[in-house]
Amino acid sequence: MTETLAATPGPARTTSRPSGLFGLTPTSGIGLGLALVWFSVLVLIPLAAVVGAAAAGGWGSFWNTLTDAQTFAALRLTVLEAAGVTVVNAVIGTVVAWVLVRDHFFGKRVLDVVIDIPFALPTIVAGLVLLSLYGPESPVGINIVNTRQGIFLALLFVTLPFVVRTVQPVLLELDADVEEAAASLGASRLTTFRRIILPSLVPAIAAGSSLGFARAISEFGSLVLISGNTPYQTEVASLKILKFIEGDNQAGAAAVAVLLLLVAVVTIVVLDLISRRVARRG
Amino acid sequence: MSIEVRGVGKRYGDFVALDDINVSLPTGQLTALLGPSGGGKSTLLRIIAGLESTDGGSVEIEGTDATKLPPQKRNVGFVFQHYAVFKHMTVAKNVAFGLEIRKRPKAEVKAKVAELLELVHLSQFAHRLPSQLSGGQRQRLALARALAVEPSVLLLDEPFGALDAKVRKELRDWLRRLHDEVHVTTVFVTHDQEEALEVADEIVVINEGRIEQIGTPDQLYDEPANDFVMSFLGEVTRLGGVRLRPHDIDLSTTPGAPESHAGVVVRSLRVGFEVRLTVEVEGHAEPTLVVLSRTHARALDVDAGSRVWLRPTTGATAVPVLDVATA
Repeated sequence: MTETLAATPGPARTTSRPSGLFGLTPTSGIGLGLALVWFSVLVLIPLAAVVGAAAAGGWGSFWNTLTDAQTFAALRLTVLEAAGVTVVNAVIGTVVAWVLVRDHFFGKRVLDVVIDIPFALPTIVAGLVLLSLYGPESPVGINIVNTRQGIFLALLFVTLPFVVRTVQPVLLELDADVEEAAASLGASRLTTFRRIILPSLVPAIAAGSSLGFARAISEFGSLVLISGNTPYQTEVASLKILKFIEGDNQAGAAAVAVLLLLVAVVTIVVLDLISRRVARRG
Repeated sequence: MSIEVRGVGKRYGDFVALDDINVSLPTGQLTALLGPSGGGKSTLLRIIAGLESTDGGSVEIEGTDATKLPPQKRNVGFVFQHYAVFKHMTVAKNVAFGLEIRKRPKAEVKAKVAELLELVHLSQFAHRLPSQLSGGQRQRLALARALAVEPSVLLLDEPFGALDAKVRKELRDWLRRLHDEVHVTTVFVTHDQEEALEVADEIVVINEGRIEQIGTPDQLYDEPANDFVMSFLGEVTRLGGVRLRPHDIDLSTTPGAPESHAGVVVRSLRVGFEVRLTVEVEGHAEPTLVVLSRTHARALDVDAGSRVWLRPTTGATAVPVLDVATA
């Protein structure tokens, strides 16, 4: 009995192990093919086209576009604002997720739903919302239109849910046991958070932060109304791209786009590396 | 006394988890809190550790009143059923955690960790992550981690509950030997009477938030204070006017012994080394269960249909059946 049981899985497994080109069964081959075609049509080919367009004018014109003082100012403003927003989100988003998971208070469910509103709103509506409260006719007397603080606020608004929504499920899954064990070993609440809880959260915080950062450097809709679009002052990269296109400078637009793409990729890779390091070190 | 619990109670809404518990546990002993699930034994252990607050009464550990102390200040080691290891730390880091919190010098931490890993036979796994260990190894890691801070008491909450039967038994023997080596006052919670009888110096039987009996394994088994303790510690059957253990019945295939009850075997079941006979005794409403060794049953040549005479073994633990008693 035991012999037959032990004997069957061996051969069965070897025969079911696919022998095709990439070690795939016919079904997984079709699945992978479909995924790749889909991904290529939607993402890879358009991206390649943009890179191609940026390269069309040659390296010199690419470099000149990016080092043009006004373009450079716009790119710098975009990246710095996005970085600042990401840092704030990483902290506040974690705190909000913590409150939503660990605390019990009246209206928790409502707050949980409200968090998603920036996701659900068209971003131009987000701009409109901020404009009506902090615009020229602000009922509270604060006017942020055409300021860098305004851009910061708009970016915070649209990127709020990312960290909250990635950290929340991880916090829910954490064992209470582990924190109790740390407490009985003499660790204070703060130490337990820093050495036990945070390392488990860092991958989620990093994932949420990179999503938020990518969103922030590409934000357009809410900034159209808020930023005022003053060159050297409040002009961001996405609006700069629009200006290039309106000025019939496709290559310039593509050059800025490619740079944004590079920044996004580098940020995602760096955050991933950080999260791996922290999660391992504890 | 190492742990002194006086008048401790705990309610969750209408549910009474613990009701006026008084117990003192001597230094250096291995004590089992035994009882059915939901009986309050884990709650009592968590109150001693400070992981749960008490509604009233006091908890004293090593002579100091700990009732209001947070778990960090009680100097207890706690081991959880599901290990509660720190997943992102290596085995060595897990064990070092409590010592690092106490800001011990690095060399001392290193030496202590090496010593403890030796003790729990995990030295060769020092640099692995807990996910690379088996359940039994993880629980030994949790034990080493708890022992690292040299706790005045070691508390274990169903420590072997999540392990399979064979590992459970090995770890049980190992815990007993470890305790004989380390001599730290130890309290462990279990719902497995065999585990408690085998490992503990003293057993506290807890049911429905109350203590049913406190005693050594022998006392509990031989002189159970009540029906609950008797039936919780092992199988119980009825013969004549008394309740007794199925292996405390003498079975004979010939009449003549005084005060014996005649009956017929209706069912015979062999389980490993023992034979369980169900006997319908004349004048009894419910059948009596008799357990014999395989060799004894073969020598007597009893099987379903045999006519037999039963009487309690001399010196058997037997309690009179009350009207309300249920079998």
